[in-house]
Amino acid sequence: MTMKIPYYPGCTLNTVAKGFDATAREAALKIGFEMEELKLWNCCGATFPLTPDNLIALSAPAKVLSNARKEGDTVTTLCSVCYNVLKRTNKVIKDDKEKRGVINGFIDSEYDGSLSVLHYLEVLRDKIGFARLKEAVKRPLKGIKAATYYGCMLLRPFEDIGIDDAEKPTIFENMLSALGATPVDFPNKIECCGAHLAMNNTDVVEKLSGNVMTSAVDNGAELIVTSCPLCQYNLEKSQKRLIEERPGYTGVPVVYFTQVLGLAIGADINTLGFEKNEYSIMPLLHRKGIVAGED
Amino acid sequence: MPRIGVFVCQCGNNIAATVDTKKVAEEMAKLPGVVYTTDYKFMCSSPGQEMLKKAIIDNKLDGVIVSACSPHMHEKTFRKASEAAGLNPYRCEITNIREQCSWVHHDKTKKTGTIKSTDLTRMVIERLKRNRPLTKIKIPVRKKALVIGGGIAGIQAALDIAEGGREVILVEKEPSIGGNMARLSETFPTMDCSQCILTPKMVEAELNERITLYTYSEVEKVDGYIGNFTVQIRKKARYVDEALCTGCGECIEKCPFKAESQFEVGLTKRKIIYTPFPQSVPNVPVIDAPNCPKIQKDKCGACAIVCGPKCIDFKQQDRIETVDVGAIIVATGYQNMANERFGEYGYGRIKDVISGMQFERLASSSGPTGGEIRRPSDGKIPKSVVFIQCVGSRDEKKGVSYCSKVCCMYTAKHTMLYSHKVHDGQSYVFYMDIRSGGKRYEEFVRKAIEHDHAMYLRGRVSRVYEKDGKVIVQGADTLSGSQVEIEADMVVLATAIVSRDGADTLAQKLGIGYDKYRFYNEYHPKLKPVETVTAGIFLAGTCMGPMDIPESVAQGSAAASKALALFSADEMTRKPVTALVNRATCNACWDCLTACPYTAIEREDVRNRQGETIRWLARVNEGVCQGCGVCVAACRSKSIDLRGYTDEQVFAAINAF
Repeated sequence: MTMKIPYYPGCTLNTVAKGFDATAREAALKIGFEMEELKLWNCCGATFPLTPDNLIALSAPAKVLSNARKEGDTVTTLCSVCYNVLKRTNKVIKDDKEKRGVINGFIDSEYDGSLSVLHYLEVLRDKIGFARLKEAVKRPLKGIKAATYYGCMLLRPFEDIGIDDAEKPTIFENMLSALGATPVDFPNKIECCGAHLAMNNTDVVEKLSGNVMTSAVDNGAELIVTSCPLCQYNLEKSQKRLIEERPGYTGVPVVYFTQVLGLAIGADINTLGFEKNEYSIMPLLHRKGIVAGED
Repeated sequence: MPRIGVFVCQCGNNIAATVDTKKVAEEMAKLPGVVYTTDYKFMCSSPGQEMLKKAIIDNKLDGVIVSACSPHMHEKTFRKASEAAGLNPYRCEITNIREQCSWVHHDKTKKTGTIKSTDLTRMVIERLKRNRPLTKIKIPVRKKALVIGGGIAGIQAALDIAEGGREVILVEKEPSIGGNMARLSETFPTMDCSQCILTPKMVEAELNERITLYTYSEVEKVDGYIGNFTVQIRKKARYVDEALCTGCGECIEKCPFKAESQFEVGLTKRKIIYTPFPQSVPNVPVIDAPNCPKIQKDKCGACAIVCGPKCIDFKQQDRIETVDVGAIIVATGYQNMANERFGEYGYGRIKDVISGMQFERLASSSGPTGGEIRRPSDGKIPKSVVFIQCVGSRDEKKGVSYCSKVCCMYTAKHTMLYSHKVHDGQSYVFYMDIRSGGKRYEEFVRKAIEHDHAMYLRGRVSRVYEKDGKVIVQGADTLSGSQVEIEADMVVLATAIVSRDGADTLAQKLGIGYDKYRFYNEYHPKLKPVETVTAGIFLAGTCMGPMDIPESVAQGSAAASKALALFSADEMTRKPVTALVNRATCNACWDCLTACPYTAIEREDVRNRQGETIRWLARVNEGVCQGCGVCVAACRSKSIDLRGYTDEQVFAAINAF
């Protein structure tokens, strides 16, 4: 029987990042598990509060967790921000008895923090195993130099998240290796992209995301792979300036890891949402002979 | 009928302000068995003590009570005075009517304090009535010391004890003594060459006839108690006969294989048969068995062929030797935290990111580069070097919460050494605070900044990465409030000092305490800085926590003087307040044995005339027992009593309340 994994999509994946969601579900089925969407879910709140007593901000994610607990003992997310918020909220509820009482009283629940919050990458690594993933690969991404961009939310704060070493993570690289690609190490892979400043301070985002892109490209990246919708957006947008400033630079595709995952395990190329990427991956795939066609 | 005297102290106004001492004395006089009572301004003063003595003699007292301060303060004084007057000192008891009575009650009418003092004194009178005279325990002392750890602290301790005329066994787990100090280039703040000041001491330790060296050896087991320890030492197989070896070095010369040198912190390779460094003591090589093809696969054996005195033995096994000593000094030193733990600094991935200890070796004239500062990746002389301080220190999240104490100083030293060796080089130091407390230490750091132009930047480094043969350091300068990026040729990490691997296991063997960082606990951080809770075991150096060379040496000497003091008499006396087993009722359940924190309880077998064991009994080793009473509480059959605090005495005191 196919393993069913309770899945929390979050708002972004339900709207602007639909492709992220669809490819993840599709890939899961091909690998041998099913992402079963929670029956009842709401927004995670999208930011973990910076003040420890701001409990009201934890009520939304607490509600997600409380409802998810009724459907199983794990919940999986794809979006780095949702993952970060849910995992940290869960830890607060689990470890801090007093705050748990206040939050539960407010949202009218009895949730105790017993859920384990997983990222899709963790499911691949720990429940499926990268070795088994490698076996499922039908269309190896041979010859593609892919830079892994972690951003902040997937890794930090380390003691709350703990998916991987926060300073020298390898989970992304290992997944890409399993898919046949050549991971590119670059110094900015865990630097901030500028995040929400995309709304009101685009200069900062252009600078930070620009640094990420420059550093990745300088280290030979032909493709950027990420797990966060906001990172994906920022990295794409920041390239406009680079194209103007760097002669010969035409832009590098920035894709979700699930898109390349789907590609590698043989999903229909037209279902992977590549057409939504600002810089198309297709010429690269043609060039490397992974998908037949002209450059 | 007992003849008890009660002396109530006023302690100036300390007690008299809230206790009517005269009334207490009067009340006590009414009790049966009390034949003499008085109060006095200062019982601990000479006239007070004289009064006590006179009263004992004049009134033929067989027990006295001094109601005064805590027994921690003057129990000794009054027991001595009683003894001088011919009384058994353990027939003198103290009632504490100061710390937990007069000091905590503010009733100026003196009502509360007086009632409480009366009650407390009455309780102690009942206890005293059941006090048996006790005699001090005398224990023979073996006048020989064991020093564990042959670094500077251990060497100093061994030399001092030997100089004091006693024998010492110095155990070192590495093939040579010298410890971490042997690796250092120069030492702050005087900049004398570390090896130049250390090696004479090492040689002295080797040549001193009272010192027996056990190198490449570890402590396996420790039994016994103060004055009478029995220690098993594992002499690890060296594969070279120490007695025969002349130290000619022919075998090292001919060995065709190499492995990473631990002494050079991985900067270079050494032969498989090797001495860690040229001035090793003893100058006897050791074979690195896991890497030796002869031992592993029976191939090669070149060393044995060229060895003149034929002292190489590939079949040698570990040997256990047992030694008897009277005191143990633990000086096992420190190690550095693993640099790889800090992914942001890139140690292990970026060749030109090195540790402070590696920099010491680069700067050392006996090091792999002969004292020239050359970076590991391409051997070039680095024109800019970034030093990062507090790598793991003062970092509760990723490292340890404490300050490693010496890094500020040795980083300043590194910048100086660098500027003296590379005249056109620029050094940068990222620091949190500069901690240079110590004689001539602050001046030393100022010199590095002002004279040798080290650029000090107050802030942390967020990332280190390689770019076009340079090491890029991104960090913050919090004084100017800006982000800085430095294109360096080399980066040096001042990594935190941590306890040795296995420090906890050794502490458990010895029965001494350690903290959450596995640093050994001193008995009292101020007043007993080199003693442990286990009598006869002393501490010295960085096994207790980060410290510099002067401090380690001072502690080595301090621990030695403690051992020598212990050896100054043939017998040592101990307080007779120890546990006593009732042999008639003990049913050998061994709860006491499990409960005892000092391993003072032994199994005694009772034999019949045929020599067959008929039953078992718990027996208290009086040399080890500290009189804590844990076994008394643990004993299910109520077969253990604490001398001076028997159940009978304690219940009598409670009933008197």
